[in-house]
Parts: sequence; C-alpha cells; structure tokens
Amino acid sequence: MSSVESLDDASVVTAVDNRSWYKKNRLAIAPWLFLTPAILFFLVYVILPIFQSIWISFHDWDGLGEATWVGLANYVELLDDDRFYTSLWNNLLWLFLFLLAVPAGLFIALFLNQTVFGMRLYKSLFFFPFVISQVVVGLIFTWFYNPNFGIIAEIWNWFGASPPSILGDERYVTYGIIVAGLWPQIAYCMILYLTGLNNVSPDQVEAGRLDGAKGLKMLWYVILPQLWPATFLAIVVTVIGALRSFDMIAIMTQGGPYGSSNVLSYFMYEQALSEYGFRMGYGSAIAVVLFLIMLVFISYFLWSMYQEEKGGH
Amino acid sequence: MFPRPIEKSSVGVRTAYKIFLPIALFIWLLPLLAIFMTSVRSAADINSGNVFGWPSSFQIIDNYTAVFTQSDAFTYFLNSIKITLPTVAISVALACLAGYALAIYRFKAALPLFFIFIAGNFVPFQILMVPVRQLSVETGLYNTVTGLVLFHAAFQTGFCTLFMRNFIRALPMELIESARIDGVGEFRIFWHLVLPLVRPAIAALSVLVFTFIWNDFFWATVLTNGEASKPITAGVRALNGQFVSQWHLVSAASLLAAVPPVLMFFLMQKHFIAGLTLGATKG
Repeated sequence: MSSVESLDDASVVTAVDNRSWYKKNRLAIAPWLFLTPAILFFLVYVILPIFQSIWISFHDWDGLGEATWVGLANYVELLDDDRFYTSLWNNLLWLFLFLLAVPAGLFIALFLNQTVFGMRLYKSLFFFPFVISQVVVGLIFTWFYNPNFGIIAEIWNWFGASPPSILGDERYVTYGIIVAGLWPQIAYCMILYLTGLNNVSPDQVEAGRLDGAKGLKMLWYVILPQLWPATFLAIVVTVIGALRSFDMIAIMTQGGPYGSSNVLSYFMYEQALSEYGFRMGYGSAIAVVLFLIMLVFISYFLWSMYQEEKGGH
Repeated sequence: MFPRPIEKSSVGVRTAYKIFLPIALFIWLLPLLAIFMTSVRSAADINSGNVFGWPSSFQIIDNYTAVFTQSDAFTYFLNSIKITLPTVAISVALACLAGYALAIYRFKAALPLFFIFIAGNFVPFQILMVPVRQLSVETGLYNTVTGLVLFHAAFQTGFCTLFMRNFIRALPMELIESARIDGVGEFRIFWHLVLPLVRPAIAALSVLVFTFIWNDFFWATVLTNGEASKPITAGVRALNGQFVSQWHLVSAASLLAAVPPVLMFFLMQKHFIAGLTLGATKG
C-alpha cells in the first residue's frame, strides 16, 4: 500500500517539474494579472491623489508657480474662518435633514406596495426624479422658488401674503436647497425599500398576523427587521450623498447669499478653482477636513460590511 | 405581503386608493410637469409672467429646434455621448477582471484590496480634485474628452468591482474548480465560463454607470473649460447664462439632457434596479 503511494507522489513531482514556471505558480500569479489594470487606474486617479491632496494642504500654492511649505498654517487659518464654520454647520444640516429621505422613501414604498392595475408604471414614474441630472433638478427648483413668478410665490399670493425669496434669504436658503435635494433622494430610498418589501417573507407576515400584529406594530416588529439590508444601504447612500452635495448648490446659489448656503464641498471648490483665486493649498485643507469627516462614516460602513463578510463565508 | 393587499379592503378604501394614486403621482412629478409646460410655451408667455400657467400657444417644435440652432447644445450632447460610452466600456471591463480575481482566488490581499475599492468609491470628490486636475493639465488631458473618460473610468471601477466581485462570488465555485481539473487555463475559464454567466451584472453596471456619468456635473466643471469637451450637464448651466430669462429654451435644453438616462432607465429597468440595490433584487 505504502509503495503505491510513494510511486504516485513521485509521478506528481516529475509532472510538476515539467511544467513552466507560470503554470506552477499560476494560482498565485493569475489574480494579479487580472487585477493589474484596475489597480493601476485606481491608484493613479483615486489613491495617490488623496495623499497628494494631504501633501498640498501643507503648502501655499496657486497651482502654477512654486509651492511654499507653510506647515499647518492653512488649517490654522481655517479655524479662524467664519465661512468654514458656516459651511460646517450647513453640512450638518444637510446630513440630518437629508436622512429624512430614508423614512420618507419607506413611506412612499409602503404606499406603492400594492398590485392594482398599472402599478409597475406608477413605481417607475415615482422613481423618475432620481434618473434626472441634479443640474436639471436644481434649475427646476430655482424657478419654483422664484419670488416673482415661481409656484411658491403663486401659493403665497393666493393666501394674500407677499412671497419670500427663499434662495435670496440667508435664513431659508439652505433649507430650500435641501428640499430640492431630497426629491431625488427620496425616490432612491423608495426603490431600495420597494425591492426590500418584495423580499419580505410572506410566512413571517402571516405568522405575525396570526399573533394579532398589524399596522405599525407589524411594521416595527416584523417588517423593519427584515428590511434592514435596504435600510442600511439607504443610510449609506444618503449620508454620502449629503456630504457630497455640490451640484445643487453650484446651480442654485453658488453658496450665496453671502456664503450662507455654502457647504465644505462647494467652499473648497470656490477657494481652489473659482474667481475668488486659486488657493490650492487652502482648498486642499478644506478637502482634507471633509475627507476626515467622511472617513468616520466610511470606516463604520466598511466595518459593518466586514462583519457581514465574516458571517457570510 | 405588507401592507395588506388593497383587494382585501372594502370597496370604499379601494376606490379611494385608486383615486388618490394618480393625484399623488401628479404632485410628486409636478416639478417635471412644470418644466415641460415651460419648455413648450412662447417667449411672450415668459415675458408676461405666465411661467407656470396654461401656455397661450404650444411651440414645442420651435423651442426644441431653437435649442439646437441657437446654441452649442448639439456639441454638448455629442460630448456627453463621447464621454459616457467609453467610460462604461472601460470601467465595466476593468471590474470584470478585478471582480473575478477578488471573488475566485484565495489570497491574503484579496479582502484588503476589495475594501480599498469600496472605500475609494465613497471618498469626497474634493480630495481628488486638485491633483487630478493637475495631472490632467500636465499630461495635456485637461479640457479633453479623453481626460474625463480616464478619470471617470478609474473612479467608477471602485463601485463596479464591488458589484462584480459579489456577483461572481455567488456563482457556483464547483464549475470553476472542475474546469481547472480539466486543465483549462485561468484566462480561458474567465473568458468562456465566467463572462457569459455575469452578463446580467454587466447589463446592470452598464446602465448605472451610464446614468452616473451622463449626469456628472462636478468633474465636467473641474476638468473642462471650453465648448470642445463640455458635456450636456455643464452645457445646460452655460445655456442658463446664455439664454438669460429665456426659460422656455433653458427648460427645453434641460429636458433634452434628461432624455438619455430616462430612456436607459425605462428600457433596462430591471437591470437598473438590480444595480442600485447591489443585486438584492430577485427576479
């Protein structure tokens, strides 16, 4: 018996030796061959720029001439800049108010989760706002809010009140833009929940009904736990969306009036690349702050995904 | 099913639901209807302040032709196509390769690499802005379609790889292992066995990336400054400045800009939603 085994081993060894170096190691090398193009692209355009930005943030640089090392001066200046605090505060507003898209999306999804005639078309049409460019959404809402002819003005006039200039008033402007941003975001959350509701186990719903659960109780104890994957994804995309908000602000107010609707992403752009001057170093410092804020969320999301990955396989 | 199917409710509730449904949709899409109504009215309406009321005359053909004859809208449109299609092709191709590697092979770096791709996908654009712009200027890619394509393709690779890797992971591993035992080469396994199986994922990613890139505004502003490479999103903004108070033309241009992603969504709805929900849909 043992002699047969050793004979087998020997033949395997000679077979291996006859193969080329690649064939011997192909299971170790092949993944890197498949990965190289993607890694190269990602490295050049995503990973390295992050570190370059951090490096630039320690410099004073107009993007053309020589960069001068200034250490932490950009960050110190930032701490003393009122525009920075306005932007930071607005980012917080965006974050909290934007999250309303999650329950609102759930609400619409529950409303639409029926099977009456033409429901598929209704669902797609409700999803419409998400497919349209934010530039277009921003323009539409700018007209809506126009105090001279906008729909909001018509409603105010109808009640005999003089219409507010939502985008021209420091008190309302950020809320006005957030409402515009919520429109497509609610549509996105809605579609996540509609798919989630599709996958809810009918047995558990039936079991819940037999136990006398219905309405909100059923929603809270039976449905929502099953919808957690949809909720998680909705929160991820909404948080990232809120902190990335740029298009709407650029289109609707350009951060105005007097910088009151600025957020970090737009403030950064304004400092680094607009008529206000090419302060690449200062802009990069703002970008680094925004990056660190997002890193908190990114780490949490990745950690959750890692837990799932460990549990799943 | 939750909530309770409406068929099990009384006739009154059912009728109320069926009446309220179109009303709710009308309110929800009011902004879009308003912009459509604006895009078909005449300049006289706009000047007299009739922007949201019933149009005095319908000039649908006049207005939409005017967008193309009186502006660079056609160039913008063409640029959007030239930017979007290659980006979709490159990022999906890269993601097929990378996703395959991360899903099939067991090696130490697989999980860290996978998480770097996911994390990169979430970073704020601003942290990339200055270096990417600088790189484009230095390599002569600033203000070119190629420059935008290369950046977009690289950035979208993160999301696409995440999606592709999870999709391939769900395929039966035995198929690949038995092919290996039969002595089929690694690339042939990828090409002849795996690629045909991931066609649904390719479709989902293609429609999704198409929509993301078509609607991109930030990078269009950062990496272009002339008409030659400006896509339609940045173009609409430029038109908004050019057609001052000619809202009928700006709305027509905006709606035209929205047509390709909307069409894409309607034609490929199932794939689109599968992509958005990261493949959580069944059937």
